[in-house]
Amino acid sequence: MKEKKITSKMDLSWLFKMAWRDGKASYKKLTLFMASIILGIAAVVSIQSFSENLKQNIASQSKSLMGSDYKIDSSKPPNETVISIMDSLGGPDAREINFPSMVVFPNQDGSKLVRIRGIEGDFPFYGSLETEPIVAAKDYIEKGTALVSATVMLQLGIKVGDSIKIGNITLPIGGTLKSAPGSSSFFGGVAPPVIIPYRFIESSGLVQTGSRLEYQFYFVAKPTTDLDLLSKAIDDKLDDEDADLDLHTTTSQRLSSRYANFGKFLNLVAFIALLLGCLGIASAIHIYIKEKLRAVAILKCIGATKKQTFLIYLIQIAFVGLIGGIIGTTIGLFLQQLFPLFLQDLLPVTIEITIEPQAIFMGVLLGVFMSILFSLFPLIGTIYTTPLQALRIQEDTNSKSSKAGVLVLATIFGFIFLFAYWLLKDFSYAIAFLIGIVITFSILGGIGHLFMRIIKKYFPQSWGFVARTSLLNLYRPQNQTLILVITIGVGTFLISTLYFSKDLLQNQGAIDSKTTRANIILLDIQNEQIEQVASTITDKNHLVIDNTPIVTMRIHSMDGKTVDQIRKDSTSSVRGWVLNREFRVTYRDSLLASEILKSGEFSRIAPNNEVIPISISDNFAEDTTLDIGDTITFNVQGVLMNTIVGSIRTVDWSRMQLNFNILFPKDVLENAPQFRVLTTNVPDEESSALLQQELVNKFPNVTILDVRQILNVIETLLSKIEWVINFMAFFSILTGFIVLIGAVRTSKHQRIKESVLLRTLGAKSHQILKIIALEYAYLGIIGSFTGILLSLIGSQLLALWIFKSPFTPSIIPFVVLFPSITILVLSIGMVNSRSVINNPPLEVLRKENV
Amino acid sequence: MIKILNVQNIGKNYFSGSKKLSILKDISFSVEAKETFAIVGPSGSGKTTLLGLCAGLDRPDTGEIELCSTKISALSEDERAELRNQKVGFIFQDFQLLPTLTALENVAVPLELQGDRQATKKATDLLGKVGLTDRLKHYPSQLSGGEQQRVALARAFSNSPSILFADEPTGNLDAETGEKVVQLLFELNKELGTTLVIVTHDIELAQRTNHILKLKSGSVVENTKLTK
Repeated sequence: MKEKKITSKMDLSWLFKMAWRDGKASYKKLTLFMASIILGIAAVVSIQSFSENLKQNIASQSKSLMGSDYKIDSSKPPNETVISIMDSLGGPDAREINFPSMVVFPNQDGSKLVRIRGIEGDFPFYGSLETEPIVAAKDYIEKGTALVSATVMLQLGIKVGDSIKIGNITLPIGGTLKSAPGSSSFFGGVAPPVIIPYRFIESSGLVQTGSRLEYQFYFVAKPTTDLDLLSKAIDDKLDDEDADLDLHTTTSQRLSSRYANFGKFLNLVAFIALLLGCLGIASAIHIYIKEKLRAVAILKCIGATKKQTFLIYLIQIAFVGLIGGIIGTTIGLFLQQLFPLFLQDLLPVTIEITIEPQAIFMGVLLGVFMSILFSLFPLIGTIYTTPLQALRIQEDTNSKSSKAGVLVLATIFGFIFLFAYWLLKDFSYAIAFLIGIVITFSILGGIGHLFMRIIKKYFPQSWGFVARTSLLNLYRPQNQTLILVITIGVGTFLISTLYFSKDLLQNQGAIDSKTTRANIILLDIQNEQIEQVASTITDKNHLVIDNTPIVTMRIHSMDGKTVDQIRKDSTSSVRGWVLNREFRVTYRDSLLASEILKSGEFSRIAPNNEVIPISISDNFAEDTTLDIGDTITFNVQGVLMNTIVGSIRTVDWSRMQLNFNILFPKDVLENAPQFRVLTTNVPDEESSALLQQELVNKFPNVTILDVRQILNVIETLLSKIEWVINFMAFFSILTGFIVLIGAVRTSKHQRIKESVLLRTLGAKSHQILKIIALEYAYLGIIGSFTGILLSLIGSQLLALWIFKSPFTPSIIPFVVLFPSITILVLSIGMVNSRSVINNPPLEVLRKENV
Repeated sequence: MIKILNVQNIGKNYFSGSKKLSILKDISFSVEAKETFAIVGPSGSGKTTLLGLCAGLDRPDTGEIELCSTKISALSEDERAELRNQKVGFIFQDFQLLPTLTALENVAVPLELQGDRQATKKATDLLGKVGLTDRLKHYPSQLSGGEQQRVALARAFSNSPSILFADEPTGNLDAETGEKVVQLLFELNKELGTTLVIVTHDIELAQRTNHILKLKSGSVVENTKLTK
């Protein structure tokens, strides 16, 4: 035996040679495997690479997005302290006042809710105001013209040179505004920007109590300024004065987070596509290795070690993984080039797609890694294959391989967890995903077992030969029922979950148009205007649906601790926004349909001489860490008011109506300075236009929100996002189909052998076809139906935890997906067996043995 | 004469569920170098199991087997694989060629496993000896049964084994082709001085060997040396 001293180099090159020889003869069988990797990797790479590009583009264009290095903003005119802070910084380089307002276009008889931006100074300092004609951006201040958003110009058919009426003033339109720093196209959809010179703001008469104003002061930093240090030095001081410091970097971070839900869905798609890919790999390799076990036994007979036989196939799989990873990454990188074509309008920045070496590396590495990992389970079989199998002796190796199997399974679950964590960046979500997948597998396995037991126990002896044989096939030795039910089930589960989540995302924000709910909301109505506004509405035969009083207030203290003390307390988990915000609060004696009492007791009317019991929303309670019985003191425009948390409500914020964090009982705030919100319902666009026209003319300070118009904007946005969602979902579904083909092919050999035998014994084509069809139909029905049912539960949980949105399941998966997958399983089964029908038995056996 | 295979009191059991099946009971015999040896017996008598044990494909539950002066019970699975690669050749009833390798590659594999750089040349020569020079690049599925068994013969002799185990070598062939293969087997055996152990239920074939071991229900019922 000492003669055999093969150098490891020689050994390795032989292993590669064997892997190549065997692989080239089996390339057709490896196609499914390769397809699974390609699709999975392409989805992950395109999504990840695009998200990364978007983030980088937002970050790199952050100065152009803000137009300056930093800005100080406030909803009040700056007081002396703020002015002195700004002076210490060398004074602002430009300033702006902006607010939403209705404007009228006299030439077109049109009105529109816009955001007026009154600008003074050379703003923007980075990026540019893109206008048509270009010169308008340069001379609008000097010439005293307005720059009007291109969307508005297009919608209302306005031309440069027409005029715009803003409150008391009318200005000529100097140019079409295509883009401007500080106005993102996504959110500009509801109130598109109109830029005017600062000097006209005062004379517009729109700056008054109740107006939602924003004062902004733009700064250009010296090259030596450390913005983070600056932020540390003055941010708290500004906070104390109800002002804010915004760095260009924080703006970009905020923008990135606005795309979070969309990103979450895309990540879910990537996750599902990859899981489907992994499932495809596992099922394809399962068939492949199963067919190789005899060759492994022969190799062992003639002297190959178990390590050598294991390595031959491992090298082969890693190589296919590498090729699949490269092709998948290439397709993924190509796909991400397409995204901006459809999404550009939604994004705040011009996307320049760059190819990240990191994405290429990740894609290729993931291809190799997931191929190896998900092949390990069947590959272990090669280690435990005894050479005896070449001698027709079957030995039970299950017990030997079960320990290794457990180890591989643990590694696979570890990978799924890490991948989920990498995509979702949340430990508990990743664990929940993993548990969900384990539960799905277990339930499907359990159902497969149960199904076999039931058939065995209640076997219909009286049925005809064809029906009996097809049922018998489901539980006889070496049946594939369990593996097929699990694979078909998991595949359907993932596809259906993807469909439900897509539906869920698209339903967000949509309103049932058939209800008689308010579709026009009038904001900022002064108390003294209320009667006139209401009569303007009723004169046109519309109903005033809601008349909601709004009182603005800030939190002064909670449970005896002032806002300042809470801010300075590093152990406090109260969220910052609560402390800085000016709350719009209402009072009433009942709850709305969008509110459900969660805990405590709702007080309709304030009791005399007692602390006022208020009701707070559950998200407000969470962010303030307040509970029933805790106290809050509010500063109501200079007057301190002591309250106690009497009840907590769950509020459905997704309903497009006025919802409140803080709700007072009646008989408290009636005399406080307040403004009103009225809502009404108009039947069509024409009456909406007429009403708006009259209201804008009579009450220029009143803001009109046409909910139908907002819906249109949302729908346009969604239809664009939908394209990407549908495309990616289709991608994953395609991977799912490949998994199904792989799963059904797993049982091909067994089925063909039996069919040939039946054929030899004289079975006719239609009998064999019926047996095969029935068997696959049973498997398809059980697997896909269970998968869809499980996905219903999964989607409900996703809606609750991830998308935080109500979930109404669509019927589509049941009426489309369920029959489609069943038919697909049936068709794949039939196509696989067609050679039995078309060729003589011996020829089939000879072919299939190869 | 040197004993190339020495089997002492071996027994082997398998389990069918929880039921213990005694396949081989207290078997002892020995085979001398260059001898031709046949194991015969009815179906289910344990012939193939005995062959597997003798070739080191499995371990006996009791007793000891010495193959080429090595006690195989003491060897690990990989050491037994190495022993097979160096000293043992195999021929199977259903040929057991690697379906994804050509005839030439199939024959070269045992030599390549030994690190023999002349593997391809030697394999080509061997295939020439069995009359398959024009079939070198063919895959097993493109060969007839007789041709496949001849490739298997070439492969079995490729590593110049000290002992060759053949499991029903003509079982899957028609009489005429079977006869040709057997002739070739004995010729090569004679030419290369290999010990030949054949499992068969073909009495005619067994009688061409010089030592017959008859099994029945897992026990030796006859151990006869024939004088030729």
